[in-house]
Amino acid sequence: MTMRQVVVIALNTFRENLRDKILYNLLFFALLLIGTSVLLADLTVMEHHKMVTDMGLAAINLIGVIIAIFVGIGLVSKEIERRTVYTIMARPISRTQFIWGKYLGLALTLLVNVVTMLVVYLTTLWLYRAPVHGALLQAVALIFVELLLVTALALFFSTFSTSTLSAILTFGLYVIGHLTNDLKGVAEQSKSETVQVVMTGLYYLCPNLEALNVKGQAASGVPVEMSYQMLASVYGLLYTALLMTAACAVFRRRDF
Amino acid sequence: MDVILIDGLTKSFRSGWPGLPPVTALDGLSLSVHRGEIYGFLGPNGSGKTTTLKILMGLMRSTSGKAEVLGKPAGDVRARRQIGFLPEAPYFYDYLTAEEFLAFYGRLAELESAGLNRRIDHLLELVGLNEARTRQLRKFSKGMLQRIGLAQALIHDPELVILDEPMSGLDPIGRKQVRDLILALREQGKTVFFSTHIIPDVEMICDRVGVVMKGRLMAAGRVDELVSHGHTQSVEIVCEGLNAGAAPDITGAASRVLQQGRRSLLVLPGPDRLEEVLASIRARGGTLVSVTPQKGSLEELFFKQESPRAGSQADHGA
Repeated sequence: MTMRQVVVIALNTFRENLRDKILYNLLFFALLLIGTSVLLADLTVMEHHKMVTDMGLAAINLIGVIIAIFVGIGLVSKEIERRTVYTIMARPISRTQFIWGKYLGLALTLLVNVVTMLVVYLTTLWLYRAPVHGALLQAVALIFVELLLVTALALFFSTFSTSTLSAILTFGLYVIGHLTNDLKGVAEQSKSETVQVVMTGLYYLCPNLEALNVKGQAASGVPVEMSYQMLASVYGLLYTALLMTAACAVFRRRDF
Repeated sequence: MDVILIDGLTKSFRSGWPGLPPVTALDGLSLSVHRGEIYGFLGPNGSGKTTTLKILMGLMRSTSGKAEVLGKPAGDVRARRQIGFLPEAPYFYDYLTAEEFLAFYGRLAELESAGLNRRIDHLLELVGLNEARTRQLRKFSKGMLQRIGLAQALIHDPELVILDEPMSGLDPIGRKQVRDLILALREQGKTVFFSTHIIPDVEMICDRVGVVMKGRLMAAGRVDELVSHGHTQSVEIVCEGLNAGAAPDITGAASRVLQQGRRSLLVLPGPDRLEEVLASIRARGGTLVSVTPQKGSLEELFFKQESPRAGSQADHGA
């Protein structure tokens, strides 16, 4: 697979995102962060700092996930519904290159978003004289890994189902992905063998997104161990690669 | 060498409900397109034209049969370097300007920047969109979209151009422009394969034509062969100074006689008794105004193709 065609598709997807005014969310993010800070100004100094630090990380995560899901589900299905895929697939480009190009285009959009939100976030913390820890960067890095995974999930579903169904499935798996430890708990405590099998199956099958969530720890200023950081990142990226392989396999077999 | 070779191509779609039989879109279609010709793929809506084109472009897989383009299996990525394709009622990335749009497709076709810019200038000029080069496609009219679509199909100067209903929905000027463009491509030695349900488009510009109905090729060959072969050609005679209705030898030969004042219109069912009727008109003192042989048309052929014939036989005989 040559990278040139992938880059052409990726840059065009990035341009599409920009012209669809996706980056307007940054304005919303800034307003949310500043609004929260002003509203919470009456609280004690410690709580105020903690709240702003927590809110910032949560907002970066939430806005990123919304973009990953809602743009991700349209990445491929919109191309098929609007038949733009016809003229692109008529070019010397494989279906795998197309899928990776679309994916990397949105990943680039998310990267620009997350980096910009991070800059706004750190500036806000600095303005309010809240402590800035290295752990915050670790948390944002894992948020980005989660966004890469969620985008792959949305894209995978969009290769074989409609946008609405893809959104429901992706959102459902996103929620389950944050509850996988509970699934294991239910499996261990349940007396029904069926429930045990289903819950254990779901535990191993669904992405463990909670493993990528170190926001609480980071907001408290406790650094994440580098070995954990690496392991969690590799886990997220491997899961993403699996989803992308599956998405390419499904897309290669499709009739348009 | 055949640029496109289709042999016994079949495509069935699963029906939406379990238990119902599959829907057959292509039923053993066979045809071949020679290098350097304009081939019209004619058929009514739902006859399988778009399905055929999609299989040729690798957008869809056939159920059985063979489809080759430029000597490679349909859908082969290497063959696509030499194919330009315009789908029916195309929808493009409307957030791009005309220039950006062509640059995008040029880069996908692996063109280098310097050559690409020259090619964009040339094509925008060719399709008459130079003025609109910095305008976003969302502000384009339907005709303009069709023209920019043609430009993207030609951006890499392909050997074979495949167009799905390229003149559909265009006004007469737009249709003429597309026709002229197709003819210009043939002059450059390109092969053009296009589908249409509009008969005059085919009659005017195609070297050969294939008529498809219900997924089968019903007739194929040169347009003049198809319209004359197996169809009676009538002859219209206009003369003056004669009461043709009162002449039994003339009324016996004509299938229709119309009298308007001094002028008579006679319609003979075929050319067989033409000399006999002309002699009778002269003998009765009539003056001959015109003799017009009425050729058959593709339209007649189009509507008469009800009984199935072997598509491969029809094509290979052409």
